[in-house]
Amino acid sequence: MSSYRGKVQQLLRAASVEVGDRVRVEKAGSVYEGVLMPRTELGDPNHIVLKLASGYNLGIKLGKGAKLVKLEKGKPPRLGIPPLKIKRDPSKPDVSIVGTGGTIASRVDYRTGAVYPAFTPEEIYSAVPELADLANIRVIEACNVFSEHMTPELWVKVGKAIAKELNAGARGVVVAHGTDTMGYTAAALSFMLKDLFRSVVLVGSQRSSDRPSSDAALNLIGAVTVAGKSDIAEVCVVMHGSTEDDFCLIHRGTKVRKCHTSRRDTFQTINDIPIGMVRGGELKLFRDDYNRAKPKGRVKVDGKFEPRVALLKVTPGMPSSVIEGMLKAGDKGIVLEGTGLGHVPESLFEGIKFAVGKGVPVVMTSQCLWGRIDMKVYSTGRDLLQLGVIPAEDMLPETAYVKLMWVLAHAKGVEEVSKLMRTNLAGEITPRTRPDVFLKPVFSLKAGD
Amino acid sequence: MELNYEKLGLRVGFEIHQELDTHKLFCNCPSALRDEEPRLEVKRRLRPTQSELGEVDRAALAEALKGKGFRYQLYPDSVCLVELDEEPPHLVNEEAVDITLEAALLLNAKPLDEVHTMRKIVIDGSNTCGFQRTLLIATGGRVEVEGKSFRVPTICLEEDAARKMDEGVGLIDYRLDRLGIPLVEIATGPDFFDPYTPAKAALYIGQLLRATGKVKRGIGTIRQDVNISIAGGARQEIKGVQELALISTVIEREVQRQLALLEIRDEIRWRGARRVVKKIIDVRRVFSKTSSGVIRSALQAGGTVLAVKLPKFAGFLGKELQPGRRFGTELADCAKLYGGVGGLFHTDELPAYGISQEEINGLRRATGAVEGDAVVFIADAKEKAEAALSAVVDRANQALGGIPEETRRALPDGNTEFMRPLPGAGRMYPETDIPPIAITPLRLRQIKARLPELPEKRRARLMEKYGLGKELAERMSLSENLELFEELARKSKANPTLIATTLEETLVSLRREGVRVEVIQKAVLEGLFAGVAKGKLAKEAVPEVLRGAARGVSVQTAIEKLGLAVMEKAELRKLVREVVAGNRELIERRGRAAIAPLMGILMERVRGRADGKLVHQLLERELKKRGAK
Ligand SMILES: [Zn+2]
Repeated sequence: MSSYRGKVQQLLRAASVEVGDRVRVEKAGSVYEGVLMPRTELGDPNHIVLKLASGYNLGIKLGKGAKLVKLEKGKPPRLGIPPLKIKRDPSKPDVSIVGTGGTIASRVDYRTGAVYPAFTPEEIYSAVPELADLANIRVIEACNVFSEHMTPELWVKVGKAIAKELNAGARGVVVAHGTDTMGYTAAALSFMLKDLFRSVVLVGSQRSSDRPSSDAALNLIGAVTVAGKSDIAEVCVVMHGSTEDDFCLIHRGTKVRKCHTSRRDTFQTINDIPIGMVRGGELKLFRDDYNRAKPKGRVKVDGKFEPRVALLKVTPGMPSSVIEGMLKAGDKGIVLEGTGLGHVPESLFEGIKFAVGKGVPVVMTSQCLWGRIDMKVYSTGRDLLQLGVIPAEDMLPETAYVKLMWVLAHAKGVEEVSKLMRTNLAGEITPRTRPDVFLKPVFSLKAGD
Repeated sequence: MELNYEKLGLRVGFEIHQELDTHKLFCNCPSALRDEEPRLEVKRRLRPTQSELGEVDRAALAEALKGKGFRYQLYPDSVCLVELDEEPPHLVNEEAVDITLEAALLLNAKPLDEVHTMRKIVIDGSNTCGFQRTLLIATGGRVEVEGKSFRVPTICLEEDAARKMDEGVGLIDYRLDRLGIPLVEIATGPDFFDPYTPAKAALYIGQLLRATGKVKRGIGTIRQDVNISIAGGARQEIKGVQELALISTVIEREVQRQLALLEIRDEIRWRGARRVVKKIIDVRRVFSKTSSGVIRSALQAGGTVLAVKLPKFAGFLGKELQPGRRFGTELADCAKLYGGVGGLFHTDELPAYGISQEEINGLRRATGAVEGDAVVFIADAKEKAEAALSAVVDRANQALGGIPEETRRALPDGNTEFMRPLPGAGRMYPETDIPPIAITPLRLRQIKARLPELPEKRRARLMEKYGLGKELAERMSLSENLELFEELARKSKANPTLIATTLEETLVSLRREGVRVEVIQKAVLEGLFAGVAKGKLAKEAVPEVLRGAARGVSVQTAIEKLGLAVMEKAELRKLVREVVAGNRELIERRGRAAIAPLMGILMERVRGRADGKLVHQLLERELKKRGAK
């Protein structure tokens, strides 16, 4: 694979040089010797990249007066990790890892600087040897996309792969997923997997697994522990619980949200406390109101989703034409992320009325994220209730969005949509708001501060 | 004993790491060190990543085996999520790139067309990511010092590591204030063949860097690593030589160490030593009634005593490699590093430390040691002692082959201790979070146009233009005060040498006295030198006026209030007469030799209100008048 183009590509061809070959470039009195590296599409097209023996990469502009000589044909990359052959241990639980496209483990070829994902159980064991003490690992790939490219169809594909593994006897399933839309997938699986009798654990990493400081290993160990040991028969997310490499939190799939662009502890349970935590292979549960695992069972995938649903963040002065446009585009349901307790500007009333009139349900969540919708306190709320807006309690906007997709594909008529949206189906609505669940300090200050 | 270094095949090169005076390399945090207690602490671990053959790098593995966790100290107001590895690096600090380019041009190196940020794996915890980001900026430099030319193959820009504050058994404390400070790294070729020239070359490069005016000054802002090898020996990278004066000692002592290790190798082979077997034996029973405090407390803490036999090593463990450091010390370095133990015992140093001959005999019996064998033993927790002894055996086996390549730490006395095996080549891969930086011809032209004067040229100019002496010119040419000096010399008619000594010496010694010289404004200095030039005050009064100025007293008031105005000649003559009269006995006894003590008395009385030369003149005249011989 060479990403060189144009004139540089011609020069390379003329010298019969390919990526991976060792070359010498002489230019303006300087001599550089190294291995020709591939170039990213974004770079300036007139440069070539060499990796020097010292390990450094550098770019050389191949202009007039530059002389390029091939010194040695490139060697094909040697990718074989000596496979860590591990025999299945019948005393250990069988845990299946379902891949979706994120890399949970990887290794670096320092000769070329390329990063290779680990795919087979052997490769994963080699990267995270602790897993061998926890479970017998099986790896399947459900899809191969970045998490931002996930779709409702792919949610179903992942759901089917999970069900197949559980129904074939896996003690639990770990889903390796990119973090961006992990919350959406977790919610979708929560509504889709019926009669779930084992743990389904989504896991990812905020620091890529090719770096020594990656959070991937601790997260994966945590996820496999939950899948292999716990009696939680729910869809959950297991990720770093703090900025330290200490413990992971077990979040309920419908109450969890990515809250930080880059931190390890980006995932937070909103409006509730997590189910528990896992530290050093040990589980500690914070609550007992979760579905218990059963020795036997059969998961069914109820994977019908109405994809034509929109999630709209309300802003001051937003005109009704926004909603009218959505309806014109064919949306069958709208989740509003309203202000405060669940309000919108008057300018949006017309649009809402129009949608409800057309039989398109409008669901209200809050852009505050924390707290519960209450539309009876102020007149605007009462007006909106009058218009037929469905309050979504303390549901996360993203969860409400996924739920509305699922509900629309299952309910007969607006009445039932409204009823289902207000009914707790998969832990997405908590009946009471705990006083201890708002923006905990992320660092614990040292004593005395 | 003077060694023939040329014959020994000594080759030395060095790297200079200089902190740049700009904000951090990959974020907007200030490059400032903090002394107060940290506000927050974060604990992390690092895992070695897999390299191409599925093997972790040997140095990386060494760190991982130690199984340490890291505790990072931070200050939310000056350390951000980038240092904490919780946010991707920002774009490279362009000012730091410019300073490095400037240094590269001063070193006659060729900047690259395009610079790539690389990740260099370092998992000792000194970088939260597990790698240090580094950019090769220029290659092919060459510098001449005292007629000798040497190569400067690479000039890099890299981020400084976190500061190690403390090391416990399972935890190392680092402070993140230093992490990310931009460093220029200048590496010479192995072009030095004696222990003395490298320090001179390092001094010169340091001067060049300071000439840019954009590097930090002070302790710890410049560090040297020295690479040393001799024929038949092995390359050693010696880290963290902070003082130039120490470089030659470090080199001499490393040569000494390698010669001693080669001697050990030859003798031990001649004795017919074979590869040492890792047969670790529990010898706790031997020490059940020991009077050794170390062993007793280890046993009381639930530990044990493990021993290993080093066949035919007797005598070598006590052999001195460097003053005060024996081969046994090298083994102990490994034991401490890999086992986390406090130290070890070996039979070459016993009986001692409360260990009896009887116990030694028991130890020898238990390990099956015969005449000529050494025994090493450690009292500690079982796993730690095992790991430590295993490392000791590995090191002993290396000694059979000669000298292992190592990264060593410079100690304050010029000795070195083991840090880790020398890292294998190519522990680098691209930093994908940062795009390449093109170094355009325009950018280089702009930097070339404002290149500073070279230190040697500047020195010559100061001597010629201002008549400064060689030493003062040298000092001023490297001083932060250079610009101020030239401005003051231009504006006032005072003697430039007085201005230079005031800035470089008087102010420095006043600061040492505790005078707050930093509050003295430029205008004060201008007024002061104008006064001297106009003869309103004597140059001897300068320190007194500055003392006043530091307390907020103006030059004029200082002159008046302190009575510092120049004494009238008549008044001065009267004073001289008075002093001479009062010391007649002294003058009679010592004759002209009394001038020196009399000058001392006079200058004390004058308190800066008269020029010393004039006082001297008047005194001589007075003495002559009185016929002193
Ligand atoms: Zn920062």
